[in-house]
Amino acid sequence: MKKSGAGLRSYTIIYLIFLYAPIVLLPMFAFNSGTIIAFPLESFSTKWFEALSGNTALIRSVQNSLFIATCTAVFATVLGILAARAGAMARFRGKGAMLGFVMLPLVLPEIIVAVALLVVFVQVLGITPSSWTVILAHTLICTPFSIAILNGAFQNLDPAMEEAAMDLGENRWGAFRLVILPLVMPGIISSLLITFTISLDEFIIAFFLTGTNPTMPVYIWGATRFVDSLPMIMALGTILVALSITLLVIAEYFRRRGIARTGKKDTGGFL
Amino acid sequence: MALGQFNSPDGARAFALTLPPFIYAVLLLAIPLLAVVMFSFWTQDFVEIDTTFTLENYQRVANEPIFGALLWRSLMVSLGVTTITVLLAYPVAYFVSFHVEPSRKSLWLFLITIPFWTSYLIRVFLWKVILGYNGVINSGLMGIGIIDEPLQAINYNVGAVVVTLAHAYAPFAILPIFVALEKIDRSLLEASQDLGENRITTFLRVTLPLSVPGIVAAVLIVFIPTIGDYVTPELLGGAGGKLVANMIQTQFLQLNNAPLGAALAIVAMLMVAGVSLVFVFLNRKNLRGRS
Repeated sequence: MKKSGAGLRSYTIIYLIFLYAPIVLLPMFAFNSGTIIAFPLESFSTKWFEALSGNTALIRSVQNSLFIATCTAVFATVLGILAARAGAMARFRGKGAMLGFVMLPLVLPEIIVAVALLVVFVQVLGITPSSWTVILAHTLICTPFSIAILNGAFQNLDPAMEEAAMDLGENRWGAFRLVILPLVMPGIISSLLITFTISLDEFIIAFFLTGTNPTMPVYIWGATRFVDSLPMIMALGTILVALSITLLVIAEYFRRRGIARTGKKDTGGFL
Repeated sequence: MALGQFNSPDGARAFALTLPPFIYAVLLLAIPLLAVVMFSFWTQDFVEIDTTFTLENYQRVANEPIFGALLWRSLMVSLGVTTITVLLAYPVAYFVSFHVEPSRKSLWLFLITIPFWTSYLIRVFLWKVILGYNGVINSGLMGIGIIDEPLQAINYNVGAVVVTLAHAYAPFAILPIFVALEKIDRSLLEASQDLGENRITTFLRVTLPLSVPGIVAAVLIVFIPTIGDYVTPELLGGAGGKLVANMIQTQFLQLNNAPLGAALAIVAMLMVAGVSLVFVFLNRKNLRGRS
């Protein structure tokens, strides 16, 4: 390690403190008995967490979000598997353009996607917004993330393995199910977890396309207008942060195991 | 013929696999975007949409000062956030790439990305709690007696929006720069120092130019979403810090003027595309200049 690393190291640590500062505040106020979000803190209390369990509107929105996120994760990952598998296979004319277009939502501001789908669903087709309109939209924006994650898994595969399976008498589907699928399974689990997290957290598209049954972020958005509900939001936020860190650690574990399984070297995070 | 002509059966199967995600993107992205373009040339006639072709919406966007001011402010805030985020992120990416043991790199990257995966809405809301009039900074400073009354310079303005967005998009900037730095052949740095450059000139003449593709990717990845951000200006912008996304939302969901909202969305999208193309072009020029 070079000498000049010391200054950079302290800078990086200060930067990490800046990144984590807001998140550290969450549990402080969630477990604080005071109604006002300010220093000095009052006494320790779990009453905001108890208030959460009695809030039926919130519970309904959480259930709704879980349903949307589960459907989105499955649909986006299925589309992601198809595209990533195709990406690792032979070239054909227009392949780059077609796959590039599927990745487009990654470089579009979300409000544009929200507006475009609102126009088509509500103004053109006359569909009443519902959880399903949100699922369709979330699948669109989550598919590129799924492809990005699965590309790594599929491109690390040795094509000789599939050929060997077919030489030994498996048909193409059998070779895929028995050889390729187990090898890319860690990538699939990682994709399911990441797309689930993105859908669960997404606000602006859900805000435009949600029906009478709001998603959790839309409910939180409404609640931020009422000063009384702020400590409760802090408690909810604490639970969400704990949950997403747990999911991420699991996703990272599977991603690393997948890399180990195909015998490749780790090249960094999942983005 | 463009599609459907394959050099191998494998190519045909790859095409068949590409079709479902592609058709999905056509139905839910290409067609909706076309619909927005069409709407932007129509007008809202009370509850009905008048489908005669007109440039009225674009004329309003061009002529009414409020739209021009909003678009200009959105552009400036996005460019400011992008500059700050990328400048602050570069040393972090450099540190992880050049000064961390290879086996520990993914742990550092994991630490950097964790805050990004926690609820965006709650993170932005926390900045409101931190910077607000009765917020954490003000109540904390008043508690230890440094100030007597709450600072107003830190809340509900463009500055608060910039700080919050720079925080929200930090990992987006670090990762592409890190990837570009990782690709640099370390023997080039040794060669440079053997040829008499010191550490700073090596950085300026070798490392920095070679990391430009990463910087360009970081700029685009931060710039594109920030220009369309709705939550942060709504929660932290106050009256003078609203951006174009807030106006698009108002037109669509409150004033029920979808055609004007569509025209604003199109102008915002063209702005994003224009700035992005400039950066992509600069990157091309940089790459060509080297070879």
